[in-house]
Amino acid sequence: MKVVVDMNKCQDHGQCVFAAPDVFSMDDDGHLVYVADPDDALREEVEEAADVCPLQAIRIGD
Amino acid sequence: MTGRVVIAGASLGGLRAAEQVRAAGWTGAITVIGDEPHMPYNRPPLSKEVLAGKAGFESLAFTPKAAAADVEWRLGTKVVAARLAERTVVLDDGSAVSYDGLVVATGMRPRRLGCPGPLAGRHTVRTLTDAQGLRDELTRPGARVVVVGAGFIGCEVAATAVGLGVTEVTVVDPLTLPMGGPLGDLLGRALLKRHEERGVRFALGTSVAGLEGEDRVTGVVLDDGTVLPADVVVESVGSIANTEWLDDNGLDLSDGVVTDEQLRVGGFPDVVAVGDVARFPNARYDGVPRRVEHWSIPTDTAKHAAKVLVAHLTGSAADLAPFAPLPTFWSDQHEFRLQSFGAPALGKDDVRVLDGDPDGDVLVGYHTAGRLVGVVALGGQSAALNAARYRARLLKQPALTA
Repeated sequence: MKVVVDMNKCQDHGQCVFAAPDVFSMDDDGHLVYVADPDDALREEVEEAADVCPLQAIRIGD
Repeated sequence: MTGRVVIAGASLGGLRAAEQVRAAGWTGAITVIGDEPHMPYNRPPLSKEVLAGKAGFESLAFTPKAAAADVEWRLGTKVVAARLAERTVVLDDGSAVSYDGLVVATGMRPRRLGCPGPLAGRHTVRTLTDAQGLRDELTRPGARVVVVGAGFIGCEVAATAVGLGVTEVTVVDPLTLPMGGPLGDLLGRALLKRHEERGVRFALGTSVAGLEGEDRVTGVVLDDGTVLPADVVVESVGSIANTEWLDDNGLDLSDGVVTDEQLRVGGFPDVVAVGDVARFPNARYDGVPRRVEHWSIPTDTAKHAAKVLVAHLTGSAADLAPFAPLPTFWSDQHEFRLQSFGAPALGKDDVRVLDGDPDGDVLVGYHTAGRLVGVVALGGQSAALNAARYRARLLKQPALTA
């Protein structure tokens, strides 16, 4: 599965980190970092992360 | 599977309901009916980035999930009546649509000022069209702006207007502090100070008695007779639930539509409600039904309600725990952010600074009977991260009724 976050949109709300902590996290400065090719087993939580992103900045591919 | 799920309302709640009804296993037809001409779009930026011109209107469109690609969208169409006992809704063109399952997702509309006066120059901020019209007027040189209502929308619009270079922005509210209703005095004072330091003026503890002007508004009359000159008036004085179409079905529609703990409406197993129109008991707190106007609620309610509805329609047992979301909201004003987890409004009588200082980054805790029920951070990114650390603790708290 491919995950792309539009970093021009992202405002570091961190809601994706709660939804999918295996894929999204905050660095020490509070900025988003993420795994771009997570295992397919994580699809449900990544979809949840995309749903709850206030900026709708997360796109999921196959 | 034959049959049809009708979703009344085509904003975020309607979109998520359509996606989640599919995800829950419904293979029959899904029809979403919405009065706006647009596909569902994201509303929070309408008072912030989009109003400021930092993001285009086209950036707001949601991308529906592939699983919902066959959903029928009937846009620019309003549901005007329902006969729930007959499983039928009536549209504004007079046609009737029958359903097997119905999702109530018609949301809210802005409350308007009741006082007399001209209509031109008066604005609300709920729809794309609203925001376009307000932006056009805010960007006219020398515009004087009065915002009526010091809640979240009002304070966001005031901050955005100052950011656009408007020199005269005044916020009017009958309460003595901005956002004091939901957040309490401590943060209300901190927010007042921050807004004033950035050029927003306030007329607090006073109400609007009237509007001046012939063809368009030229001033706002306060209840002590003071007149605030105004070219643009923004009315951010709360909202009204769009439930008139549900009249005459024996439902409690006194403030939104009351649901049970599974988001079902009025004892009808085939009707559920989602989004800010739903007045639901939250099993996490005291079980009192409340409407919640947070951005996270359409998605949270849709996920739960879709499972409940599809289980009923397919004859399977859902066996779901009562709906118990952890509320969360944010608000961006000037360069600072408010970030909330839990239910601060339930703990306003016992507010404690958990970290920091109200003049800088601060984290505030709200308590009921000594127990933490909500946290709100005000400031920069480190304050918001600090609030997030309390989220897991709030999730683990036993229910208030326990």
